[in-house]
Amino acid sequence: MTTPARDGRIVVVGASLAGLRAAETLREKGFTGELTLVGDEPVPPYDRPPLSKQVLLGRVAAGDCGLPARRPVDARWKLGVRATGLDATRKRVLLADGEELPYDRVLIATGTRARPWPHPEEAALDGVFTLRTDEDAARLAARLDAGPRRVLVIGAGFTGSEIASACRERGLPVTVAERGRAPLIGALGGTAAAFATRLQRAHGVDLRCGVTVTSLRGSGGRLTGAAFSDGSSIDADIAVVALGAVRNTEWLDGSGLAAGPRGVACDAGCRVFTMYGIVTDDVFVAGDVARFPHPLFEYQMIALEHWGNAVAQAEVAAHNMVSPGPLRRPHLTVPAFWSSQFGLNIKSVGVPTFSDQVILAQGRPEDRRLVAVYGYRGRITAAVTVDRAKWLDHYRHLIETGAPFPPAPGAADFHAGHEPVPSDVPDPRVLSHGPTVALTGHLPDRRLTLLRPGG
Amino acid sequence: MHVVVDLNRCQGYAQCVFLAPRVFALHGEEALTYTPAVPRDQEERVREAVVACPVQAILAGERAGP
Amino acid sequence: MPPETLFERITDFAARADPYPLYAELRDSGVARQADGSYLVGTYHEISALLHDPRVSSDPRSRAEPHEDPAATGLPPSFIGLDDPGHDRLRRMVMRPFGPPHSPHRIDELRGEIQRVAGELADALVAKDRFDLVDDFAFPLPVTVICRLLGVPEGDVPQMHTWADAVVAGLDFAPGEDPSPRQRAAREARQAMGLYLGELAEQRRRAPTGDMLSALVHEPGPDGALTRQELMVSAVLLLIAGHETTVNLITNGMLTLLRHPHEYDRLRDHPEEMPAAVEELLRYEPPVQLLPQRSPLADIEVAGVTVPRGAPLILVLAAGNRDPLRFPDPDRFDPRRPDNQHLGFGSGVHACFGAPLARVETHLALTTLLRRLGDLRLVEDSPEYRRSPVLRGPRHLHLEQHRR
Repeated sequence: MTTPARDGRIVVVGASLAGLRAAETLREKGFTGELTLVGDEPVPPYDRPPLSKQVLLGRVAAGDCGLPARRPVDARWKLGVRATGLDATRKRVLLADGEELPYDRVLIATGTRARPWPHPEEAALDGVFTLRTDEDAARLAARLDAGPRRVLVIGAGFTGSEIASACRERGLPVTVAERGRAPLIGALGGTAAAFATRLQRAHGVDLRCGVTVTSLRGSGGRLTGAAFSDGSSIDADIAVVALGAVRNTEWLDGSGLAAGPRGVACDAGCRVFTMYGIVTDDVFVAGDVARFPHPLFEYQMIALEHWGNAVAQAEVAAHNMVSPGPLRRPHLTVPAFWSSQFGLNIKSVGVPTFSDQVILAQGRPEDRRLVAVYGYRGRITAAVTVDRAKWLDHYRHLIETGAPFPPAPGAADFHAGHEPVPSDVPDPRVLSHGPTVALTGHLPDRRLTLLRPGG
Repeated sequence: MHVVVDLNRCQGYAQCVFLAPRVFALHGEEALTYTPAVPRDQEERVREAVVACPVQAILAGERAGP
Repeated sequence: MPPETLFERITDFAARADPYPLYAELRDSGVARQADGSYLVGTYHEISALLHDPRVSSDPRSRAEPHEDPAATGLPPSFIGLDDPGHDRLRRMVMRPFGPPHSPHRIDELRGEIQRVAGELADALVAKDRFDLVDDFAFPLPVTVICRLLGVPEGDVPQMHTWADAVVAGLDFAPGEDPSPRQRAAREARQAMGLYLGELAEQRRRAPTGDMLSALVHEPGPDGALTRQELMVSAVLLLIAGHETTVNLITNGMLTLLRHPHEYDRLRDHPEEMPAAVEELLRYEPPVQLLPQRSPLADIEVAGVTVPRGAPLILVLAAGNRDPLRFPDPDRFDPRRPDNQHLGFGSGVHACFGAPLARVETHLALTTLLRRLGDLRLVEDSPEYRRSPVLRGPRHLHLEQHRR
């Protein structure tokens, strides 16, 4: 038996992790209609997390990070073609090559791109990189192979820290410049970031916090160094700009959808809102570009630039695209991410920045094995482990059930004397690195209609 | 064959490293890394790792794409 | 019957051949407080949560009632009887020469040796009309392999058998019987084995031979070197745990496959499906049926029941493995079962240390038996079981063979 929802034309805009998993889920759920995937990169979907880790270490080639398929998708792939617009009235996706793709339902999964260095002339210097695509990683890895005298990493979020870690592991001198007070502070708060500071310094990173890079200097078109806001300067032949991500929403200008620099706003079922806060029923969104309300975080709209969210949200969006109303599901997954850097495995559940306090619940920083638990107004909202991933499920459950903060006593490796302290979450505006979890406000119909990129 | 590990699920039991040490490795005590493009002579080992993973976090299959 | 007597009924030898109806009763009873104040848990999600709960201790000294460890030898506890951070430190140090990150190839490089031993043992069975799978195959294989891994000379392997037998007998539960003679014998065997392995390690310190004992004494990591006592205790643990469980996994495996002849034939023709079948065996007939050693470090709530600090907490893994709320059609043996996150090796920080070795051994053992042997028939079903309700498996598995 075919239901109308299982037939027709679906266009998925964005052919990376979220787009791929959505396409597979559509087929798995019985969608038998016409399926088109549009991707602006010329290659099939690949996995990005290894790019800042194994690839920069030279262990895996950037071109070898393809994603395995869960199942055949029987789709038309339009790769290397950018979507330039969405006509919600005529139900068409407009492509850069002039083609118009008619749809009955469309999924927006256009993700993010690396935030570029703001001065175009400096950004064009040979030796200045960003890291987002496989091509970025291939070029950067090749330059690291050549043995630069010093690498400058601008921005100490997760990507910047992982890049610095890979460079140190290769024995390369590294300077990290961060406008905030400490590495990872935008994701983990100041208390946990103090740990990251000690970690970077212990691994020989020349870490400079509270400074900005005022200029990248070059000679003959090549990068030669950088100057900092504190008046100091360094020589460097590579600079990696790790200033966070920009959401790919410009192509939706004029579409009438609630899309802007903070992302594309949707309801808990991944249905996109119009600029008036009215929910659509044929436009869906998933992955890094989406912002959605999360009940565990007081229904604040959140945007998650995380691998796991791309997969989980794509599955929910695809399910809802082919399911009648009563069978639709909400996207309620507890956010989670990981990072490996300086030989440590850092994992998180919940949203650490949605907190006012943090406690060291297990282990000790000096042993480099610990569990930090975050609370907001007396309930547990997040947990971060360092080489302690096997305990994380326990805390995920506490987050899901709104358990009281601080967590109940009794952990065998709790060290007496640790009390809750302020988690010290900074205003994201003072950071070089953008947070990978963005709490973007409560009301989808209020702030969004004002947003115009490049205004 | 290509492989990807859901590292949110992964808890570092490292069964895949024991079973297919030419594809999977621990970086430090707990962080898992792997070679996404599996050499042909390691495919059987990777299939063993897929079924043995205690949290079923490993996906192996043909590379996705057109 | 009342749920307060469930543990008594589970440990009763009469239940050994088929404890599963009792496990179903346990799941229906929720968290079952026993007359002696211990608590029994048999549902998957609760067991899984407790195995990941940092407030649940594995240290017998956390018990409110002074708990006499039947294996007490005056030696320090091994890592299975410790909590973090002590557990973590010791386990990491023993892991160094065994697996990743420092020795990722150790088990992989043992595959050839395991295959060779399994092949030789199977060769000796091919011509027999009748044999005991336990004594003739399932027991000698893992003992030989673990001795080879540690570096015990071949001539001393029979002595290890004898000690290991005595130690395992000491772990038995046998209500109504005075366990002290068995426990004394176990203690003595454990001590003798520890002294032997400690002495062997000393020899390896002087002249390393590339085995695990040599590496344990020669390659200390950032946590320093094991003390002599820690080394003895850890080596004994590896030796005992390293084969007693695998014996049962192999034997339970053959028994289960012979009870499912269609699957037996399919796996003989499709050996590439054996790794998944081993996982299903670990769910369906796990060699470690329950974890009797846990206790909470604070009052904790489990499925609406408060388990007080220090109370014995018994996690019945084999019952969780058949929980219909986690596994569809749980009493069906399905070697191709998807999403098989069984509790056969436990979970969390205490997850079975030797799991990768047991997997490879069982995989190669069963594949070899199915390939080499003729048509087999169970002489008796059910077979005679060992006494232990914890390490559950047949004492003998007599098989008749009709050559093809």
